[in-house]
Amino acid sequence: MEMALDILSWLLIACGALLGMVGGIGLIRLPDFYCRLHAAGVTDTGGATLFLTGLMLQSGLSLITFKLLAILFFLLVTSPTATHALASAALSDGPEPLLDGSRAKRRGGGSSRN
Amino acid sequence: MILAASAGAPAGIPDAMFPFLVVTLIASFVTMALALTRASLGPTTFDRILGVNMFGTKTVLFISLIAFVTGRRDFIDLALLYALMNFIGVIAVLRFSKYKQFSDLDEQESQGSPPGVEE
Repeated sequence: MEMALDILSWLLIACGALLGMVGGIGLIRLPDFYCRLHAAGVTDTGGATLFLTGLMLQSGLSLITFKLLAILFFLLVTSPTATHALASAALSDGPEPLLDGSRAKRRGGGSSRN
Repeated sequence: MILAASAGAPAGIPDAMFPFLVVTLIASFVTMALALTRASLGPTTFDRILGVNMFGTKTVLFISLIAFVTGRRDFIDLALLYALMNFIGVIAVLRFSKYKQFSDLDEQESQGSPPGVEE
């Protein structure tokens, strides 16, 4: 039973670390600020949730679990808020979103593709 | 539980899982490095803020993982503190980048950029 719990826990942590690395690579590789925002969102929600859930399974029913739960709750509340604030600030006076040809024409042809 | 074990897995962590945990730690570290790379390269200010925000989030996860690797469970409190500070920092920087000042008082007088603060 404990072995199964350990395996499940480390599986969750491995998936969280994998999602984190995917987000990090996306943060480097993606072409546009808004695309990078998407990559960071993968890390902030999926990665953090899997990671902290795995750690919670590892620590059993204790104060540590409650603190991890508090961290998870706080991250899930604040990181979408920060992402939303960042996106709206960037949309108001930042770079134009990278759109494909037809959407760009409908918006008035503001952005170019590169 | 408080003191880190000098050799092998600390208390509460099975021996077989310990190398796996170190691999996860390294993966988390690499992600932090990638986020810092974007924060230092980033063409716009928003890219930098995004990179720093993600770096902060990964720092929270990294510290809570370190708490388990070393067996010092009180590091979780530091992770909680980092989660709070990261959010406040991002909102403050965003507010500054929008209004060019930190307070919303005396907007008529200080329209110039305040000294000592970059970006």
